[in-house]
Amino acid sequence: MKSLGSIRRDFAPWNDPNAKPYIQFDNVTKKFGDFTAVNNLSLTIFEREFFALLGASGCGKSTLLRMLAGFEEPTAGRILLDGQDLRGIPPYRRPVNMMFQSYALFPHMTVENNIAFGLKQDGMPKPEIASRVAEMLKLVKLEQFAKRKPHQLSGGQRQRVALARSVAKRPKVLLLDEPLGALDKKLREETQFELMDLQQNLGLTFVVVTHDQEEAMTMADRIAIIDKGEVMQVATPAEVYEAPGSRFVAGFVGNVNMFEGKIARGEAGSASIDAGNGLTIRTDNAGTAGAGTAVTFAIRPEKIKVSSKKPAEAVNAIEGEVYDIAYLGDMTVYHVRLDDGQVVRASTMNAARITEDPLSWNDRAWVSFRPDAGVVLTR
Amino acid sequence: MSSAAVTTSSASPASNAGKSIVARLGAAFVGRLVIIIPYVWLLFFFLIPFVIVFKISLSQTAIAIPPYTPALDFSGGISGFLAQLKQLSLDNYTWLTQDALYFNAYVTSVIIAAISTVLTLLVGYPIAYGMARAPATIRPTLLMLVILPFWTSFLIRVYAWIGILKPEGLLNQLLLATGVIHQPLIILNTYTAIFIGIVYSYLPFMVLPLYSALEKMDYSLIEAAKDLGCPPTSAFWKITFPLSLPGVIAGCLLVFIPAVGEFVIPDLLGGSQTLMIGKTLWNEFFANRDWPVSSAVAVILLLLLIVPIMLFQRAQARAQEMDR
Repeated sequence: MKSLGSIRRDFAPWNDPNAKPYIQFDNVTKKFGDFTAVNNLSLTIFEREFFALLGASGCGKSTLLRMLAGFEEPTAGRILLDGQDLRGIPPYRRPVNMMFQSYALFPHMTVENNIAFGLKQDGMPKPEIASRVAEMLKLVKLEQFAKRKPHQLSGGQRQRVALARSVAKRPKVLLLDEPLGALDKKLREETQFELMDLQQNLGLTFVVVTHDQEEAMTMADRIAIIDKGEVMQVATPAEVYEAPGSRFVAGFVGNVNMFEGKIARGEAGSASIDAGNGLTIRTDNAGTAGAGTAVTFAIRPEKIKVSSKKPAEAVNAIEGEVYDIAYLGDMTVYHVRLDDGQVVRASTMNAARITEDPLSWNDRAWVSFRPDAGVVLTR
Repeated sequence: MSSAAVTTSSASPASNAGKSIVARLGAAFVGRLVIIIPYVWLLFFFLIPFVIVFKISLSQTAIAIPPYTPALDFSGGISGFLAQLKQLSLDNYTWLTQDALYFNAYVTSVIIAAISTVLTLLVGYPIAYGMARAPATIRPTLLMLVILPFWTSFLIRVYAWIGILKPEGLLNQLLLATGVIHQPLIILNTYTAIFIGIVYSYLPFMVLPLYSALEKMDYSLIEAAKDLGCPPTSAFWKITFPLSLPGVIAGCLLVFIPAVGEFVIPDLLGGSQTLMIGKTLWNEFFANRDWPVSSAVAVILLLLLIVPIMLFQRAQARAQEMDR
């Protein structure tokens, strides 16, 4: 498969058929009464991977994490960690640690005692605890807050204490439940990069649960998109974005324009799609879909060009009317209503500081895209 | 407290700029009134009665109405009033130290109250813990069940225990019928009966503050402790119990303070030979009709209890700080 996106990856055990999986969910089902939170789900995560479970709230991603931590037992199926079946092992004997969404800092203990809590449980000698705590405080840059109680800290500082406490024991796997959910946007973006550095430096396996696709895209090596307790797709951020496996994934991650249609003629991956109303889309990414197959053609807004005149060389060019323009600073988003009524979203980077936008509301405009810009979805 | 309220209102001149001076003064007055009301209440229903009791404790007993002298009045003018004040003395307090009865009664009361408090805590903690961990939908019902005994008169409930505990009572009948014992147990008119009575009567005062402390505790703290390698029992002692400490202290003081001065339970369940300060007070007051000595007993009792009350307030202040 040709590489997608611009990031070259040296770390890709999932492409290595000989790589040994580190965490394995084998046909795991979890039911709460009549409600099925996780439905016959299988997933493998590799050592040192930064793995994200992405999904809307209530999709079962937190349940997966809690089963890994030992707070819930699967109704069926099994979970393996480094080859060991985790069934029946209580949370306090599992070599995983969790960073809680609420941080769950012990309010009656100082920052250093919070961090030392797990180490004391392991019966580590006092001097070693002290040096490990000092190391952790340095790692999260909270040295001068060691004697404070959690209620004397800001939200960002608490988040750091929670992080330091959960990595202090050097767990085999660190589980992070919406780790940045309670932080404001600026702090969240900074912390994303700090988490990535931390994971690199400590060489731990991270499994993070998030509903924020940007967060997952930024941090994770691979993302599993979960819906209704099932895995929709597991792939690198670039693959998830550029080669979504289904309509759900395409719609869930980022913005997308979708055209429903039927393959009219196809050979060797190239195809024409009859999208109704005389609209024909030519694509190079039809895959194995044969003539007559009902498909969805999905294309990202930034891959669509908007112009006032029909571009001479364009393979796909559709005429419409500018319906809405949103100026976002770094880019401008156009909503163009095609003549068949469908609204197409297109975005243009504002590379130059001062430009005269040739398009305005209600102008006639052409949307055009290359034959390799979109993907054909059959699911 | 009132000065703090004034400072905050004057600290934001911008928000007050639009209001008239009259409105502002009015608001300040209402603000102060809210603070004054409880103080006025305490003045009339605590401080003044206490001053009266204290004054009686300094008087001498007399066969008169009221049964002590001097009965302060202003008929003799200021000089007559001052002359009356000169008759007041600490004789009754000296008397309390001379008769071992009073000292023993105080000590017994404190010991009985302390043991009862510990027993109430041991019974109440699991109840409160169970309630706090129960599904949220049934918690109001459980809370109701704890409060339900208050709907019946306290006196009747204590009387009912006589029927249960007496040698031919329900408990002994049940134990004899099931063959657990062959001789009726003598419980009534012993200290055991007093403990049972106090634990039973004061249980809600223990359960409610414990419940409120345990209920607001974030359960993810326990999960976090387990996640960090702490087995459940250890997690209870390291996390749950320390965090419920404000509730434990509040509950213990709410039981201990009234239990020290308890009169009805030792009188009805403890029989005639139990020596508690509440009973001593009653005897001095009604049997001996010695108001000055019984007032002195009451004043000493109050002073004894001020220490735990102050501890209680400190614990509450600390709990409030933790909540912030």
